[in-house]
Amino acid sequence: MPHILVLVKQVPDTNAKIVIGSDRVDLSAVKMVMSPYDEFAVETALRHKEASGGEVTALTVGGPAADKILKDAKAIGVDNIVRVDNAEPLDSNGLQTVLSHAVQALGAEVVYCGKSAADTGAGSTGPGLAERLGWASVSNIIGADFTSGVSVMAPSHGGQVKLSVPVPAVISCDKGNFKVRKPNVKGIMQAKRAKVDVHSFEAPAPSVVVVNHTLPPAKPAGKTYEGGVAAAEVAKLLREEANII
Amino acid sequence: MTETIVIAELSNNAVHPSTAELVSAAMKLGDSPTLIVPCTDASVANSAVGMGAASIIAAKAEAFANYDAQGWASAIDAVAPQGIIVTGSSPQSKDVAARLAARRSLSVVQDAVAVDGTTVTSPLYSGKAMQTVSINGHVVVSVRSNIFPAASGGAEGTSVVDTTGDVATSVQEFMARASERLDVAEANIIISGGRGMGSPENFTHLESIADTIGAAVGASRAAVDTWEDIPHTMQVGQTGKTVNPNLYIAVGISGAIQHLAGMRSSKYIVAINKDADAPIFQHADYGIVATWEEALPVLQSTLANMMA
Repeated sequence: MPHILVLVKQVPDTNAKIVIGSDRVDLSAVKMVMSPYDEFAVETALRHKEASGGEVTALTVGGPAADKILKDAKAIGVDNIVRVDNAEPLDSNGLQTVLSHAVQALGAEVVYCGKSAADTGAGSTGPGLAERLGWASVSNIIGADFTSGVSVMAPSHGGQVKLSVPVPAVISCDKGNFKVRKPNVKGIMQAKRAKVDVHSFEAPAPSVVVVNHTLPPAKPAGKTYEGGVAAAEVAKLLREEANII
Repeated sequence: MTETIVIAELSNNAVHPSTAELVSAAMKLGDSPTLIVPCTDASVANSAVGMGAASIIAAKAEAFANYDAQGWASAIDAVAPQGIIVTGSSPQSKDVAARLAARRSLSVVQDAVAVDGTTVTSPLYSGKAMQTVSINGHVVVSVRSNIFPAASGGAEGTSVVDTTGDVATSVQEFMARASERLDVAEANIIISGGRGMGSPENFTHLESIADTIGAAVGASRAAVDTWEDIPHTMQVGQTGKTVNPNLYIAVGISGAIQHLAGMRSSKYIVAINKDADAPIFQHADYGIVATWEEALPVLQSTLANMMA
């Protein structure tokens, strides 16, 4: 019976407007949610369990405020929820080190995560964690099949490729062509009572440190035309002014 | 200065021209870079001559025949010297960047859009904000295309080093894309439609323009969520693909915050929308206030004449 782990991260709602305080993003008025791709990781983890048995544990790294998304995962149907307590900013080396300790302590066979978190968009955690554990990894999968071992659909140059993945492995999930399940009333009640299992692991000193956050430079105002015939003028500008076409 | 290593970006069995941009980004982080070309046939590396690298290594391994993250990272790691490693920012290159960094217990900074000595800037929230970090010692940095100038000159010959990788996954089946059309993540020109297109059938008008100018066809989240025939693979935005092509043409897209996040760094933006107050116009270099029914036939015929 495999122990299936799914990594989740709390991020600002993707519909939120981002404002900068003095030199850092100010998230005080922003709703925090589970990163959208993580929902596909949770769904895939639950499907894996339904096919093979075992149990699913959702894991996050952060302060107590991050318990909310663990409870969300619990309401959707994961068995256990674990938070690695951390308040310090971590670079990717620090985060992956902490996660690899957690995976070893919890004893997982497969780890699912979103293809990237909606804040950094980096997508480093899945492959980086796999490398530290000496495991296989596949990134950005859009579907998985558990009838015979683990096989996944992943994008490939010019199409898609079906890969068989030896476990243990870390698999990062893109939005798949399936619906993710939503919490039901029973799940929400269970999640309210669920206890978050809190762990703590040492991280190495960061080699990458945030200096500041800024808003992207505003674009100078463009040219606006009325009426469809202006498309001819714009096409010419794309060649003569922009040198593109 | 710090030694730098660039991992070549590959496309159709050749070194992709954007590799020359990676070389110039690497030069801002340290010394003239060693360029590593992952390949199964060493002659591929010849196409890297003239891209500014101080030396070019054709890293030859069976592991590079198909993509496997573990296989690629281990085979590259065996060849690459210690130093700051620079890669491209295609999904595969970011994957390799993360693996390589972890293999060496380093940190990785993805999607760099500016580099200045020991600071690196990259987008946060798909570009709603920018984050600048300082780096201390060796790191791995993936670099966005279409931002840094292309380096030129450098080594005139290549050396070949045989290497091996521990491939973990195995290919069961390869399914070619149904259409020949480019993926938005790979395209230099993108024409995207939103819910303003009225129906998924009307995307054929976007497709014919795309075929005329060699563009990919994208879509907004509203279009993908509304119509089953518009797949998520086409979605541009914070919960779809983040793109920075030379030209982005938005048709019937109002410009929701999460769509803008995914395409605002495009070099040139053309917006076609019947609503003059649509937020997309604030980000457009060229805005056309018109219905797509009015504007697209004119755009199509003018572009066709120009391309002829």
